[in-house]
Amino acid sequence: MTQQLLKIRGLKIEGKSDEIWNPIVNGIDLDLKKGEVLGLIGESGAGKSTVGLAAMGFTRDGCRISGGLVEFAGIDLVTASAAVKRGMLGKRIAYVAQSAAASFNPAHRLMDQHTEAPTQHGLQLKADSELDGIELYRRLRLPDPDNIGFRYPHQVSGGQLQRAMTAMAMSCRPDLIIFDEPTTALDVTTQIEVLAAIRDIVEQFDTAAIYITHDLAVVAQMADRIKVLLRGDEVEEADTRNMLTDPKEDYTKSLWAVRSFQRPSKPAVLKGATPIVSLKNVSAAYGKSPVLFDVDFEIHAGRTVAVVGESGSGKSTAARCITGLLPPKQGHIEFNGEALPLDYRKRSKEQLRQAQMIYQMADTALNPRSRIGDIIGRPVQFYSGLTGPAKRKRVEELLVQIEMEPSQYIDRLPGELSGGQKQRIGIARALAAEPQFIICDEVTSALDQLVAEGILKLLAQLQDDLGLSYMFITHDLATVRAISDEVVVMKDGRVVEQGPKAEMFRPPHHPYTDLLLSSVPEMDPDWLTNLLKIRGVDNIGDAAVQKM
Amino acid sequence: MGSIFQIILHRLALGLVTLLIVSMVIFVAVNALPGDFAQAILGQGATDEAVTQIRADLGLDQNYFLRYFGWLGNVLTGNLGISFAQMNFASGMGGDQVSLVGVAEQIAPRFRATMFLAGVTAMIAVPISITLGILAALYRNSLFDRTVNIATLSSISSPEFFLAYILILLLAVLNPVFPSLSNVYEGMALGEKLNRTMLPALTLTLVVTAHMMRMTRAAIINLLASPYIEMARLKGISPMRVIVRHALPNALAPIINVIALNLAYLITGVVVVEVVFVYPGIGQLFVDSVKIRDIPVVQACCLIFAAAYILLNLIADILSILSNPRLRHPK
Amino acid sequence: MSWWIYLILILTTTGAVAWVFRFAGQQLTENRPFYRDMPFVIAFGYVFGGVVLVGAMIYYLQSTDKNGVPAAGVIFFRWAVQGFVGFAIAAYLFRLFGRYVGTAGTRKLFGSMPLTAAFGVLVIIIYAAVSIFAGAIAPHGQEEILAGSNIVPGGNPLLGGNPEFPLGTDQIGRDIYSRLIYGAQNTVGIAFATTCLAFFVGGSLGFLASILGGWIDQLLSRAVDVLMAIPALIFALLLMTIASVWSNQLGIDRTIFMILIIAMIDSTRVYRLSRAVGQNIVVMDYIEAAKLRGEGMGYLIFKEILPNALAPLLAEFGLRFCFVFLTIASLSFLGVGIQPPLADWGTMVKDLSQFINFAAFAPNVATAPLLAAGAIALLTVAVNFVVDWMLHKSSGLKD
Repeated sequence: MTQQLLKIRGLKIEGKSDEIWNPIVNGIDLDLKKGEVLGLIGESGAGKSTVGLAAMGFTRDGCRISGGLVEFAGIDLVTASAAVKRGMLGKRIAYVAQSAAASFNPAHRLMDQHTEAPTQHGLQLKADSELDGIELYRRLRLPDPDNIGFRYPHQVSGGQLQRAMTAMAMSCRPDLIIFDEPTTALDVTTQIEVLAAIRDIVEQFDTAAIYITHDLAVVAQMADRIKVLLRGDEVEEADTRNMLTDPKEDYTKSLWAVRSFQRPSKPAVLKGATPIVSLKNVSAAYGKSPVLFDVDFEIHAGRTVAVVGESGSGKSTAARCITGLLPPKQGHIEFNGEALPLDYRKRSKEQLRQAQMIYQMADTALNPRSRIGDIIGRPVQFYSGLTGPAKRKRVEELLVQIEMEPSQYIDRLPGELSGGQKQRIGIARALAAEPQFIICDEVTSALDQLVAEGILKLLAQLQDDLGLSYMFITHDLATVRAISDEVVVMKDGRVVEQGPKAEMFRPPHHPYTDLLLSSVPEMDPDWLTNLLKIRGVDNIGDAAVQKM
Repeated sequence: MGSIFQIILHRLALGLVTLLIVSMVIFVAVNALPGDFAQAILGQGATDEAVTQIRADLGLDQNYFLRYFGWLGNVLTGNLGISFAQMNFASGMGGDQVSLVGVAEQIAPRFRATMFLAGVTAMIAVPISITLGILAALYRNSLFDRTVNIATLSSISSPEFFLAYILILLLAVLNPVFPSLSNVYEGMALGEKLNRTMLPALTLTLVVTAHMMRMTRAAIINLLASPYIEMARLKGISPMRVIVRHALPNALAPIINVIALNLAYLITGVVVVEVVFVYPGIGQLFVDSVKIRDIPVVQACCLIFAAAYILLNLIADILSILSNPRLRHPK
Repeated sequence: MSWWIYLILILTTTGAVAWVFRFAGQQLTENRPFYRDMPFVIAFGYVFGGVVLVGAMIYYLQSTDKNGVPAAGVIFFRWAVQGFVGFAIAAYLFRLFGRYVGTAGTRKLFGSMPLTAAFGVLVIIIYAAVSIFAGAIAPHGQEEILAGSNIVPGGNPLLGGNPEFPLGTDQIGRDIYSRLIYGAQNTVGIAFATTCLAFFVGGSLGFLASILGGWIDQLLSRAVDVLMAIPALIFALLLMTIASVWSNQLGIDRTIFMILIIAMIDSTRVYRLSRAVGQNIVVMDYIEAAKLRGEGMGYLIFKEILPNALAPLLAEFGLRFCFVFLTIASLSFLGVGIQPPLADWGTMVKDLSQFINFAAFAPNVATAPLLAAGAIALLTVAVNFVVDWMLHKSSGLKD
């Protein structure tokens, strides 16, 4: 019989906005035994981070625990005095934050921050703690474990910092560690090595953990049990395997279903057909530093080309070249077989109309001071010359097309809409120009999965109805699988591999594509274990990238 | 370490260039005067001798270019020219050049007096404002914070002479603690000098403290919101240690910046305050010379003020570069 | 040096009481978190605040008459407290009024308004009214020369005052009270005009630089850097010296020069801000979208950029107005600002300043210069309170 470590009963948390306390978490129960890993998942606003921090007896500024019990090892952290809580934090409960780069103090070396908790809690002398730190760095497979701790945070890469922070959390050998989205900010190839390292160390020391994330496939690898939250309420809780194979609640089922959305594949492109857009040997540079090298691909009518790559791969730069914001240094861009002027200022109104863009951050893509009717109405008027009732009618049509009720939204400001609705307005603005070709720049990556799925379905529907071509820039291979017809893989400003989707997801392929594909977590709880068996711990993540 | 040196050298060079251009601006401004400048300054009653004297002194017959470099050369060798007041006086006396005192000699003691005033102010204001700023940031949105916020905002908003007269009313007229006239001179006993400097120093303190405190508060609040402070607290570190070990090293750069910027602000502040208290500093000399249009003195004072201002901003810049761990420990 | 001993005594006693206060709180409330987790500093703060409050009350209630001699300290303190409380009540009533009268928008605005901002808005309205209707309010004209010159303020005939002229008359017999009212018109009006000019020049150049970028931006920005390297007041004084020569020769009023000079100096600050604001907006995706649509410069500036720059610019307008207002007041105080015969507060402070020395035996007399200086301070404090609130609101209720 393993003993109960953490017991949360009826936890209520409120947050203050506009001088009023609003509920964030409405009565959550949670149990955790020693050495057990609980996955806490939910979309943004589910209150999962708030619950995670409350498990440490901590609330952020502007929040308060308004009711309930947080009992850790028999002590109620809600009513405990500040001194008692301080004695627990770091020593028996530790925390690993989402952004390691921001959560390490830039003024001190990693090791000095590592040894702080053990020495301050009086567990170890600094020298002993340093030796222990080096040992932990080694176990977490950090490169050069003897010396890496004596660097400053900004001298260490993101994935390494995240592991160093896990080591820091382990420094007092706590009973419980809260992992708050530790890999969300990382690229997939980096994420996998951090996941592997965290899972190993938690197992080695038999530490209990609460693993907070929005990514189902990640939590499937890490957790023994999964609890699903929605807007501050618990939806359901079950063993990982049960939860994955047999979710009970509709909300959970819909979350799971997101991963299975896939468009039917289209027949191959006819030989000799003129592509809508083609890039021919395009090279580009920001000032003197080159970012694109000899990029060459085509987008055909009615097709979606997904351009995939990690941050810094040049995929967004390619889009800027097509739009003419960043005129290429070499090569040219053809539209329907005709060369486009490279600078957008030299393009005709008709040429500009044919290629539209949808942005990643809907917040910055819509003028916060313009009403929805004006945002969509402007391109209608600008390109087709419609005014008055005709323009309004067209705007209403467009709103219907993006599945938003015209009378309800036409006079609103962007700030009054949700993230997904704003993204739909962005789509409507692009459609208003009646283009043949739309660039979608990471349009779903800032959205929750369910909302993102809605957007993807809408885009697919519009493509079928209007015969649009998409260039779909993304780093998320699940999205690629869902929507693309052809795939272009980019790395360091070059096209590594390209071809139809079916071929791309079937080996053999370029080693980088292979690494990228194999690094994407799958819903199978054994996926990480199996992958490590196949590839070996030294053949994943940054180490593998560097070998290329 | 090459890069940090390069950055600092770059800043130094930039400061020098700015100073050079500023000297040019001052020169051009003064020389962009219409008509016969010498006559205009001295008025109709001036002797021909004085007019010729000024014309020759300003080199009005030479072209601008030569005149500028001539003046700049003189400035660099410490020769700031001779004031019109002196010249007028001398020409009235029959042009006895020997007894003339140069602007440089005229300014030097005044400059020292102003530095003394600024120094006393800084010694009072810096510790108070930094302490208050940190306290207000730690206990933000408390009654204390709100009171301090209103008080400092009022103090910033008030003209210096208003604060000066309030202080005179309170500390000189109603309760005679300090004298309301600050007639200090060189060689005075330090205690007496401090006593007479206290009211102008306190006035400046009020203004500068308010600025410094608000900026410190903002900087610290900004800092306390950063994830690494939350991390430190979640490691169970004591509040005192969180402040000393985690907040202060990172607050140093903004605080140094705040201090240097406010010392630079002091330079402007002294002008009005020196006039109110008849404090014999460079600010008062400047205002007096402005009133009688004594161009060489105005020009020289202006250059000194600008140089001090640029220097302090430069120091702020360099110190914050030095305290940035990213630059101190490059990859 | 006996006050040192008093101070130490008071502080130690306060400290002891604070400890007792916290301990008693812990005992009486059975360790409520409020008292249990209270740091000593906070307890000290509470008790110290209480001590100050009690001390102030005792001082306030002291007699204003000390063996026939007025206790000037008590009198001034009472005025200060009465003024403070009076304004607080007025601001409270004004806010209450605003919450029930007006459109839905203004009612909502007043609903979330802190008292300081309500005070600020109220004072600004009063100043605007006084400066617009100065001619109707003032009993005499600003340049009108009346019967007696050099009548002492305070209206006490024993000291050389005259009840007809509550603030006395100046050396050539103009009513100071009327000039104080006209001062609102002149000082505030000139400052307002100057700020508008500075905003027009600095704002348009700043936006232009942020949109066009390239060498125009570089040129303007470097020029502004240099101009800003000279402290504003010093630069203004230098240029005023030169202007005084020009104005004599060209026969143009020196006040015009002052407006131009201060507007020029201040436009550099406005330039910096509007360029920064402009640059923040120009990098937004919706600007990129508009550019890619093929929109012209006019549409970009007026439809996309300006509406989003309005809030920060409005706050900056308040701050710049304060700065300009104080600079003009300082220049006038130094004798090189607004020129007579125009009535102006800075000059009045300078001219009346010697009356401060009467404060100990005739508090009424000393109020004249303080009123003029206070009039300047009150407006800038008011504007700053409003700006502070606006900035706080636009920062999205952080801290």
